[in-house]
Amino acid sequence: MNDSPSPAPLLELDHLDHLWIQVAGTLCNYQCYHCFISCHPKNHNLEMLSFDDVTSVIQQALELGVKEIYFTGGEPFLHRRMVDILEYTLQYAPATVLTNASVLREEWLERLAEAERRSVYSLEFRVSLDGFTEQENDAIRGPGTFQRTMDGIEKLVRWGFLPIISAVRTWPVEKDPQVISGFLGLLRERGYRRPRLKLLPTLRLGAERDRSGDYRPDERITSGMLADYPLDQLVCRSARAVTSRGVCVCPILVEMAEAYLGKTLHEALGPARLGHGACWTCYQFGAICSNAGRSEGQVSNRFPETRGWHDWR
Amino acid sequence: MARLALIGGVYSNYLALEQALLDARRRSVDAIYCLGDLGAFGPHPDRVFPLLWDYQVLCIQGNYDDSIARGLDNCQCGYTDPRDNYFAQISYDYTLSRTSPQFRQWMGRLPKQLRLECEGWRVLLCHGSPRRVNEFLWESTTSTAFLEWLAETYSTDLIAVTHTGIKWKRRLKGDRWFVNVGVVGRPENDGQPHVWYTLLDLEPKRADIRFIPITYDFRRLAAEMQQEKLPEEFVETIVTGWWTTCLEILPQKERRRGKW
Ligand SMILES: [Fe+2]
Repeated sequence: MNDSPSPAPLLELDHLDHLWIQVAGTLCNYQCYHCFISCHPKNHNLEMLSFDDVTSVIQQALELGVKEIYFTGGEPFLHRRMVDILEYTLQYAPATVLTNASVLREEWLERLAEAERRSVYSLEFRVSLDGFTEQENDAIRGPGTFQRTMDGIEKLVRWGFLPIISAVRTWPVEKDPQVISGFLGLLRERGYRRPRLKLLPTLRLGAERDRSGDYRPDERITSGMLADYPLDQLVCRSARAVTSRGVCVCPILVEMAEAYLGKTLHEALGPARLGHGACWTCYQFGAICSNAGRSEGQVSNRFPETRGWHDWR
Repeated sequence: MARLALIGGVYSNYLALEQALLDARRRSVDAIYCLGDLGAFGPHPDRVFPLLWDYQVLCIQGNYDDSIARGLDNCQCGYTDPRDNYFAQISYDYTLSRTSPQFRQWMGRLPKQLRLECEGWRVLLCHGSPRRVNEFLWESTTSTAFLEWLAETYSTDLIAVTHTGIKWKRRLKGDRWFVNVGVVGRPENDGQPHVWYTLLDLEPKRADIRFIPITYDFRRLAAEMQQEKLPEEFVETIVTGWWTTCLEILPQKERRRGKW
């Protein structure tokens, strides 16, 4: 018997469908306890990217046939030129921005609504909210954040956007139906008639690792686990993430030096090593980063119980 | 010139299919293709089969047809939302139990893709995308750069797909084309009960892609769906033209155009 652990499997990039741009670095006006990057107002671990950096990497990605562009941070709207960046992107590709919606200004939203109207592409807003009551959300995201984010969601809805509200599942999975109807009820009450919702698993990285502990050594993907597994569920199969440090395998592992594949996009098209505990979470839940649908727990579960959800109007 | 009729998902809507086929015949098409997903949603899946035979429709296999042929436990549509999956499962279980063995066997032998050489055009017909049978290619979340990459990678001048349920087309550089031909199975979430197929006129160096609306006896379809005890939600879509399910896969722009 060989006791040494077998090396983590490598996964080839199938195609660059999704380019993630960590446009705001690790700078955020919130300091959530479950943040997987430990973002906060003074965290300069990863810096903001300049407008020129962003447009040049978008052009490189377009040459590779990228399908969609995602912007994240920190908080992207702390970037002084975020609106310019989104206007630029929408000329070439669909755009999604992950935001806490707390700093959105009316004049920005007016410009963005106009940019989306002119474009054939969608501009998707993914707004993080972690509880459907002030008490629950603020316990995770900080005092006052519920009200500010709800105000932001209302603004987005008034400008005609249909933001995808994303919540990290900090409750047991059995409680999903109640929590989901709680969210839907709250959002409808605030004038969001057809709310969209995405549930995300927690990732034991960054602030969340400090809170709930690291992954165990056996919580890892092994080669055997990849047989018969739909590989396109893994983010690094079809995505790369650009930060001030270079190009990383995915938008989750951006604070891990070993997850960087190169300085440029072209250097980063090689295989990714599925060596982290977070890879194991990604494997379990599947498609955790892209917009499509609600994360529904284990990939192997076809779908959970949906009785009681039919009050969808 | 060559004139092709491209028909997308049928979803057991044999009444709309028949009208689309009659329309294509009136327009003297040279060939009729169906891009797959013959069953789902509507009533009496076996009523689709004779029409495909009568009109010599050349079919490729959609994700649904693959599932039905192999008797899988789900339709492989690629929904991620539990409510969407819940309704998809109802129509799948209904369709699987009512599709005859002959029809299923035939579905299992359909090609996954078809390549045509026509008037100097290299045409690729597939179901979701050239690379994945159940990939959703929506107008608002598919960059032109990606489509050009597909055209290049699969060495083709014109790609035609279905699977999403909503038609659109885009011109690519180097005089190439991408078209999602829509579906005849259900309306496309625009508040109108009619459905669509695509007419493709090819000449050397010229492609004319037209979307043709098809009206049919949707009230009769709705009544048959009710008799078959299919969900009221589906019937409502047929009658009103607004989607009531599969909503969570829609990107923002496509969702905004609908009612729900
Ligand atoms: Fe399909």
